[in-house]
Amino acid sequence: MGETNFLIKLLGDNLITVLLISALPLGFLVVYALLAILGELKISAWMQERVGPMRTGWKGVLQPLAEVIKLIQKEDITPDAANKPLYNLAPYIVFTGAYAAFAVIPFSEFFVPSGINLGLFYIFAVGSIGAIGIVMGGWASNNKYTLLGAMRSVAQLISYEIPGAMAILSIAVLSSSLNMQEINKAQTGWFWNWFMFGGPGSYEKLWVIPFTLGLTLIYMIASLAETNRTPFDIPEGESELVAGYHTEYSGMKFAMFFFAEYANMFVVAAVLVTAFMGGWNSPFGSFLSGPLWGAFWFIGKSFFVIFVQIWLRWTLPRLRVDQLMYLGWKILLPVSFICFLFVSLFRMLN
Amino acid sequence: MDLVGLAFYFLAALIVISAAIVVFSKNIMYSAFSLMFTFFGVAGLYVLLNADFLAVTQIMVYIGGILVLIIFGVMLTTRITGVDVKSNSLGKIQVGIAGLLSTIIAISLIVVFSSTKWFLSEPKVSGDSTKLIGNELLTNYLLAFEAASVLLLIAIIGAAFIARRK
Repeated sequence: MGETNFLIKLLGDNLITVLLISALPLGFLVVYALLAILGELKISAWMQERVGPMRTGWKGVLQPLAEVIKLIQKEDITPDAANKPLYNLAPYIVFTGAYAAFAVIPFSEFFVPSGINLGLFYIFAVGSIGAIGIVMGGWASNNKYTLLGAMRSVAQLISYEIPGAMAILSIAVLSSSLNMQEINKAQTGWFWNWFMFGGPGSYEKLWVIPFTLGLTLIYMIASLAETNRTPFDIPEGESELVAGYHTEYSGMKFAMFFFAEYANMFVVAAVLVTAFMGGWNSPFGSFLSGPLWGAFWFIGKSFFVIFVQIWLRWTLPRLRVDQLMYLGWKILLPVSFICFLFVSLFRMLN
Repeated sequence: MDLVGLAFYFLAALIVISAAIVVFSKNIMYSAFSLMFTFFGVAGLYVLLNADFLAVTQIMVYIGGILVLIIFGVMLTTRITGVDVKSNSLGKIQVGIAGLLSTIIAISLIVVFSSTKWFLSEPKVSGDSTKLIGNELLTNYLLAFEAASVLLLIAIIGAAFIARRK
């Protein structure tokens, strides 16, 4: 762990360092969430030929701060018929599940909170904690919309976890590792060494490129479904379910759900970047590469993926429940299996 | 106390308290959700034992799979069919017999635990337990591994068959 973490090298291996390492992604997350909210407001506005928020600060850049202050001030309502302990616990469980994944995200060559050998597997495992939090909130609110929203959300999460996991499994086969840092190191060099383009290798890898590109697309689609974003936002489809599983929440507890959603967006973007887009590697060989530039490239690529998520949200209509299940089980799953088989075959022959 | 000791006692307390809620709670939903903390604590203990693969598998299988199933089962029976599933308070005779049995089991376990001479080997820190487990599964334990996968396949086909039959 020592060689992958500059803070341990700097401050020694003790309790304070460990606490600092676990708090550092949280600080990043707060800044990122503000940026993402602003991005969502402004990008949606530009896509619909509006100007978006303009009053707070220059061109409305302080809007997310204002929103946060508003949410803190709001009254925190607990419905009378709700199950109080579970109702109050649920937002924190959801956020814990989202934040737990940050433990293995490699921000740079010299900073990954925990360099365990099971990074990718771990991210998929802790993703299920959030699902339980969503069910908890939906059930405890004692409202038919929240219950339906929670059930849809978990059904969708479970269905799309499988194609997503198959895509990631193929990368584990290609890189023969589950360690996020090792996977990054395997993609060093120019951008054609990314696993999106078949990983490093000679011209024989041309055979595998269509399949890895397909897997990238499959993971992108599955990750949208896992974070409940449009076109897969039927768990919170406002025209039918008010706001889904967090209908009854207000104030800070609603903010926790919101925060967890943005954290999840970053997690799936980070996995996509790590597994398919070279992680902290510079796309141009040794040009602008180094520990700090690594963090720059990693965060930059992740933000690009998040931009694509926002872009899709404001362009595509919502899928129906049956279309969602059809796409997940009858298209994405078989295609991901075929891609996985070809990638494994390629790996065995090479 | 070092960091590992601190983590151990924290996890132990988490497991014991949440397991107690699972057993004693009158509301079956509390029991189901409390089970999550028990599973999570056990996964933490695996981490302290250097069994990282086992720990992550514990979270994946128990929290992500089995617990979601349990919660769905409980939730659908209480809220949709209107049947109130509660762990009812039992009669005196049942409580007496259960208490007696549990005490006997607990005493015998404690006796066995304290009378056995445990063989304590030096913990060998192997860097990559995933690799070792993978190799073992596909060489020495291949038959058991394949048999388990066939069993799971049969279960999936059976479930799909039952679900499709109207």
